[in-house]
Amino acid sequence: MKTCEYQQIDPLALSTPTLPPYDGREKREKPRRPRRKWEVFPGKNRFYCDGRIIVARQSGVLPLTLGLILATSGLFFIFDCPFLVKHLTSCIPVIGGALFVFVVITLLQTSFSDPGILPRATPDEAADIEKQIDNTGNSSYRPPPRTKEVVINQQVVKLKYCFTCKMFRPPRTSHCSLCDNCVERFDHHCPWVGNCVGKRNYRFFYTFIVSLSILTAFIFGCVTTHLALSTCFCPCSDRNCRHSSDINIQNLLVICFFSVWSILGLSGFHTYLVASNLTTNEDIKGSWSGKSGEEVTNPYSHKNILINCCTMLCGPMPPSLIDRRGFLPMDESVQTAGTDIELPTVAPKSEINAVGGSPQLAFVLRNLPFLCLYSPKPT
Amino acid sequence: MRQQAAIAAKVFIQRDYTNGTVCQFQTKFPSELETRIDKQQFEETVRTLNNLYAEAEKLGSQSYIEGCMACLTAYTIFLCMETHYEKVLKKIAKYIQEQNEKIYAPRGLLLTDPIERGLRVIEVTIFEDRSLTR
Repeated sequence: MKTCEYQQIDPLALSTPTLPPYDGREKREKPRRPRRKWEVFPGKNRFYCDGRIIVARQSGVLPLTLGLILATSGLFFIFDCPFLVKHLTSCIPVIGGALFVFVVITLLQTSFSDPGILPRATPDEAADIEKQIDNTGNSSYRPPPRTKEVVINQQVVKLKYCFTCKMFRPPRTSHCSLCDNCVERFDHHCPWVGNCVGKRNYRFFYTFIVSLSILTAFIFGCVTTHLALSTCFCPCSDRNCRHSSDINIQNLLVICFFSVWSILGLSGFHTYLVASNLTTNEDIKGSWSGKSGEEVTNPYSHKNILINCCTMLCGPMPPSLIDRRGFLPMDESVQTAGTDIELPTVAPKSEINAVGGSPQLAFVLRNLPFLCLYSPKPT
Repeated sequence: MRQQAAIAAKVFIQRDYTNGTVCQFQTKFPSELETRIDKQQFEETVRTLNNLYAEAEKLGSQSYIEGCMACLTAYTIFLCMETHYEKVLKKIAKYIQEQNEKIYAPRGLLLTDPIERGLRVIEVTIFEDRSLTR
C-alpha cells in the first residue's frame, strides 16, 4: 500500500505554472499583475517589448553602428545610384537594397537576441554544489580551489566555479563582466552590436559581418565605377566641373576604403574561427594552442572544416535557457528577488577577453586593423 | 485543497561532458534514491532523456537544411517558426510529466524538466516518506 501514500503529490507542483492562480486572499496582498521573469532577471541587461528584446546595459554604440551603416548606404543610394542606373544597369540599387536590408536585419537579430545566457543556480542547486566541494576538500577550512576537471573527448578540461552564478561553468562558458551573466560558448562582448556574442547569436553575428563586408565592398566598387565613369562621361572638358569632384562621392570613397579592410579582416578572422570551431575568447587565451609543450588540441573541433562550419552556422538552433517571458510563480518570486541584493563579494576575475599581456600583444599587432571592431572593454 | 508533502531532499544529476558540449546527463545512479526506486528504472529514464536531447542536437541533413533556410531569410524565420529543437523540448516535457505521473510521484519523487534549470541538471525532489513518519 506504500504507493498510495504519495498519490496526493501533484506531479506539476514543481514545474513552472503558466499563470499563478489568484484567489481572494492573494489579491489583497498583491494587487499587481503577475510578474514576468525578465523583471527580476539578475544580470545587467535591459529588456524591451515586455521581455522580447534583450540588450546589454551599455548599448550606446549600437545606434552609432546603425547610424554609420544608414549614413553610408543613404549617401550611396542618393548620390551614386541614380548615375549608375542611368549609365549601367538598374540591378545596382536592387542588389544594394537587398544587401542593406539583410545587414540591418542580422545586426538587429544579433543585438536583440539572447546570446545563450545560463540562468543562475537555484539556492538548492548551489547548496548541493557547495556540499560536493566540501566533501572533496580537506577537513580544515580553506578557500576551496573551486575547479573541477572533466574529460572531454579524451582531453582534460578545467571547469571554473562561478561565484556570481553559483555553479561550475560548463565548458566554453564564460562570465561576461559587462552583462554579469554566464554566457554559453562565449565569444566576446561586442560593444558595436551592444550585446554578448555567444552560442545562440554567433551565427547572426557571423552573417552580419560577412554580409556587411560584401555590402561595403559592393559600395566601394560602385563608387569607384561612378568616379571612373563620371570623368569619362563628363560633357565638359573642364577638370574642375562638379561631376568629377563631387565631395560626397569622395567622402564615401574614403569611408568605404577604411571600412572595407577592417570589416574584411574581421570576417576573415571569424571565418578562420568558424572553420576551426574556436571562439574569439579561446583564440585570445590560446586555450588550445599548446604553448606549454603538451599535446593539446581543440576538443570540440570535428576535425573537418566543412563539418565545423555546418555545425556553427547551420546546426540546430539551441533554445533560450532564460525563460524571459515566463511568469514568476508566486512563492518563488521572493526567492528570485533575493538575488537582486548586491553582495560585497570579491569581484570575480573577469573572464572577458580584455587585451593585455604579451601573448595578447602579439595578437593585437597581428590583428591591428580590425581589433578596434571588437575590443570588448573600454578599460 | 491538496496538501503538499514536505520536501526531504533534492538530488541533482549533473551533465556529462565526455562527448563535448552536447546535452547529456550522467547515468550514474545516485545513492539517495536507492530506497525509492530501482536502479534500472531510473537509468532507463535518464537514458531516454539523453536520447531525446541527442535527437534535438543531431547534426544531419535536416538540421542543415533548416539552418540554411533560416540563414537565407536573415534568420527572421526563427521569429515565426518552431525549430526542431523546440519540438523535441516539448516532447521531453511531455515525457517527464508522463514519467512523473506513472513512476516517480507514486514513489514520492519528482523530476524537474532540465530546461527549467538551464539544461544543467536533472533535479530530483525527494518528498518525505510518510509511511515512516506516521
